[in-house]
Amino acid sequence: MDKIKIRKGLDIHLKGAPSKSIESFEPSLCAIKPGDFIGVIPKMHVAEGDKVKVGSVLFHDKNNENIVFTSPLSGNVKAVVRGEKRAILEIIIESDGNNDAIDFGSVETFPETSLSTLSRDKLIDKMLRSGIWPMIRQRPFSTIANPNDTPKHIFVSMFDTAPLAPDNDYIISETFQETSLQMGINVLSKLTDGNVYINVCYRDTKFCVSTDAKNVVVTQFEGPHPAGNIGTQTNAISPINKGETVWYCYLQDVIAIGNLFLTGKYDSTRIIATTGSAVKNPHYYKTRIGADITPILDIEENSRVISGNVLTGTNITNDNFLCFHDTQVTVIPEGNKYKLFGWLRPVFKRFTDTNTNGDTRPYIMTGDFEKVFPFDIYPMQLIKACIIKDIDQMEELGIYEVDAEDFALCEVIDPSKTPIQKIIREGLEFIRKETR
Amino acid sequence: MGLRDYIDKIKPNFEPGGKYARFHSTFEAFETFLYTPNRVTTNGAHIRNYVDMKRSLIYVVFALIPCFLFGTWNIGYQHFLSLGEDVTFWHTFGYGLLKIIPIYLVSYIVGLTIEFTFAEIRHEEVNEGYFVTGFLIPLIMPVDVPLWMLALAVAFAVIIGKEVFGGSGMNIVNPALLARAFLFFSYPSKMTGDSVWIAEKADAYSGATPLGTIFNGGTINDLPSLSEMFIGTIPGSIGETSKIAILIGGLFLIINGIASLRIILATFAGAIAMSLFFDIPFYYHLLMGGFMFGTIFMATDPVTAAQTNIGKLIYGFLIGAITILIRMANPGYPEGMMLAILLLNVFAPLIDWCVVGANIRKRKKRWRTAERSAE
Repeated sequence: MDKIKIRKGLDIHLKGAPSKSIESFEPSLCAIKPGDFIGVIPKMHVAEGDKVKVGSVLFHDKNNENIVFTSPLSGNVKAVVRGEKRAILEIIIESDGNNDAIDFGSVETFPETSLSTLSRDKLIDKMLRSGIWPMIRQRPFSTIANPNDTPKHIFVSMFDTAPLAPDNDYIISETFQETSLQMGINVLSKLTDGNVYINVCYRDTKFCVSTDAKNVVVTQFEGPHPAGNIGTQTNAISPINKGETVWYCYLQDVIAIGNLFLTGKYDSTRIIATTGSAVKNPHYYKTRIGADITPILDIEENSRVISGNVLTGTNITNDNFLCFHDTQVTVIPEGNKYKLFGWLRPVFKRFTDTNTNGDTRPYIMTGDFEKVFPFDIYPMQLIKACIIKDIDQMEELGIYEVDAEDFALCEVIDPSKTPIQKIIREGLEFIRKETR
Repeated sequence: MGLRDYIDKIKPNFEPGGKYARFHSTFEAFETFLYTPNRVTTNGAHIRNYVDMKRSLIYVVFALIPCFLFGTWNIGYQHFLSLGEDVTFWHTFGYGLLKIIPIYLVSYIVGLTIEFTFAEIRHEEVNEGYFVTGFLIPLIMPVDVPLWMLALAVAFAVIIGKEVFGGSGMNIVNPALLARAFLFFSYPSKMTGDSVWIAEKADAYSGATPLGTIFNGGTINDLPSLSEMFIGTIPGSIGETSKIAILIGGLFLIINGIASLRIILATFAGAIAMSLFFDIPFYYHLLMGGFMFGTIFMATDPVTAAQTNIGKLIYGFLIGAITILIRMANPGYPEGMMLAILLLNVFAPLIDWCVVGANIRKRKKRWRTAERSAE
């Protein structure tokens, strides 16, 4: 097993790590938000009041009608929430408590043999119909994987190094899903002609990858955040060249894929961790994709609820619906307070709230980003290329090897307080739309 | 929070449509000087580090305070030394203050007036950059610089050196050094020679700086002792004489991650390497003139230095080497630090271009290899 050491980065230590206990929480409401998927234009299949089962199609993507998004609950469509220009923001499902699921057909016999008889097209077709496909995304651009592509490799990050991230090693050891994980990896190994890279943390003990598939490669990673990011891992193993595509997903996605083939049903369960200094009694919950987490959040006044981590998460204070890909909820105090001579005060606790700690300025300091950016890329130069939307320069400076989340630490430490992740995202989207 | 309430009360007057809307930037500058804003993150990362531009730049001012204090004392010390008078510490320091305060007033009043005016015209927030530039400029001037000349130099540096390029962060050369260069070439009689370094010097007293002595054919035996040059009890620009004070400031900047250690070490390396070709040993060069001050406070200016890590090494090395070359091989000027830094300021983007170009070539080579193996 290869071991790769990431030297640059920053582990941000926050208060409110989850205690090690998993509670079950069946949400009465769930929402699927088309905004969680980059580039997806939803076309509705259901209307308010329709009955749905787990796995019933809610909408498909207009760019590719085979990519469908299905219900995580059985019950009825409570609301289709629209925003500006009638864009669909949320499809809210109300549970009937039964969890009736559509059966997409399981692999009854010994998984290995029957899997090997299934063609790649059949596998993909089943994943598409069940609505599990959107869990697999691609780089560059972080859009949902295009089922018509064959990726160079598939990367699975089995661990998360973000602040207060859930401990996947603990999750595997508590949920006994080794068989599902194994099945999921076997499925993935049939989707690429290249390798399936399973990237684990050097400390983890519970991952169990014992596969006959020849193209599964396990690599250990050591080092500070962003060692758990897909971008860091692809860069260390096989950087993405212009014109190449890799696919990626995370531990719980692989388990869900495995369960689809083992049980024939769309597995919408997720183990999430509630974390952060403003949440009382942070711990793990077994819940569902898109769950309304209001009942389990005992939080302090004037705090922000984030689906995901503090670096890349989404502010969900207004509706409390988990985002599709997230396995973590972070709640931290809002920083909407003035501080007398705040720029001069000695600082004893960093990263306590959401205050920007200063105003936006032109870039003046140099060399800071390089300390937290473990890529063979010049971050400041790439950011500037994205600002001026110069595609040639962005390509030359390595835009295809990164995603906005890889710049999160740069954004956190930036003394000029610029929206770096937004700049990179807009740069990527500009290229995606221009080259489509 | 009486003050906060008062600010909140008068704030609407400065918002668009208010009575004093055209002073919005000025109000904003004073408000954020007193209170860091209550602004919260809206996109991307939800937390931000505590370091902002105000904090980064005020650290530079903090680092300059030892130089300021020693320089002020040394103005008095050199003055009374030339007169042959023996006076108390406070008398000496007080004389220095009387000399230095007008210089600071001119530097800040002229510089900040221009900065605030440009900010109002552009409807931008006032940038903190001038706090540092305005503090640096007096420290690199001879004490006898006429105030009208200083005002002219500050105006030239801020307008031509910075604002025409778009303000702080956009300038090509270091504005403080540009102010000095402006005077150096416009009014050389007031910027070099033996008579400008000591305030109200007695005529009979020499008053030459160590570099001046060397320039006029002196040898190292004619120089003040190494310890005098290290402590700083020698004539020179106001802030540059005490190497102890400069090193204390430098240490503070390095610990706080403001100044680039790479640039500093590379500049030393360049100077040492080049001085091997000439008579005067390198440790004299490090202690003479503006070398130390320029290395710690000028060459490390992040806006005008090279931005890539490798570029910083090349940039620093060349500054050190060219400084010594000018000092030893140039018949025109005794000191080379200012010119070397300004020259490398201009070439820093080219250095970065070459360094980044190597990264790009490596990437393209990888693309070609991948394409070939795919075929």
